[in-house]
Amino acid sequence: MNISGQEFIFGCSAIGAGLAMIAGIGPGVGQGIAAGHGASAVGRNPGAQSQITSTMLLGQAVAETTGLYGLVVAIILMFVKPFTS
Amino acid sequence: MGLLISNEPDFMIHGVLEYQMFGQSFWITTTTIGAWIVTILLLIFGVLANRALKNATDVPGAFQNALEYGYEMLEKMGNSILGGNTRRFINYIGTIFLFILLCNLSGLLGLRAPTADYGVTFLLGVFTFCIVNYQGIKNRGIRHFTCLFEPTPVLFPINLIGELANPLSISLRLFANLLSGVIIMGLWYGMMPIFVDIAIPAALHAYCDLFSGCIQTYVFCMLTMVYVNDKLE
Repeated sequence: MNISGQEFIFGCSAIGAGLAMIAGIGPGVGQGIAAGHGASAVGRNPGAQSQITSTMLLGQAVAETTGLYGLVVAIILMFVKPFTS
Repeated sequence: MGLLISNEPDFMIHGVLEYQMFGQSFWITTTTIGAWIVTILLLIFGVLANRALKNATDVPGAFQNALEYGYEMLEKMGNSILGGNTRRFINYIGTIFLFILLCNLSGLLGLRAPTADYGVTFLLGVFTFCIVNYQGIKNRGIRHFTCLFEPTPVLFPINLIGELANPLSISLRLFANLLSGVIIMGLWYGMMPIFVDIAIPAALHAYCDLFSGCIQTYVFCMLTMVYVNDKLE
């Protein structure tokens, strides 16, 4: 089996894209912690549920950013193919 | 293969029409068409809303009621961050809120969401950056620049990067969320066998377009207001 240089780079880019998505771990943990604390806050003060929910969703959406950077890197590696001439 | 696979996955931006300007070739893409459709819908909505509120009655009809409710919701959102300065910025916040919301939801109309193109979201981020810095210079004068050297001048590069990263981060957040939705929907429609296309895409649309789109619209407007509020004093 002969692999040309171009194909080798494509393959390595696909592996790199998969590795870049490891960044998804961090936001998953962070959003889970935020949701857990939100749930306990609602349990302590059910009257403030709407405010707690909106604050939690805002924080989660901001915490998601790092995972989305990983996604952007993966998509660039897969579809823009920056390492091929 | 041909029976089971409906068609090739398709989630890219496509060129529709090429035209020449200043010796360069430009493309009218699916993003442009989507943004035009959204703009036309918003203009129609604006004219109708204006007419409804010009002829406002004491006992509001259904449309006027919905408009007042929407405005009050927007004002409440602004009041929670900007406080007494809400009235100065609610025009801009309302405009980008409606535009981004309709762009995000246009995936439901079968368009490719215009906000899933980095050109659009980066422009929105640059608008935010310009407004934030204009307000900073207007309200704080020279202190807008000297506060980059606080607490010690050694931190100047980090402060500068922190300022410049704001428009990048909010635009990338919006873009990447919408792009992931578009890719998931494109993969589902393109690569799954036809028989799973019956009810499951509705649930995926509800998450990727409705939920994610509304949350990201809210987050974009909230963060714009937070950045502006930082520069007001």
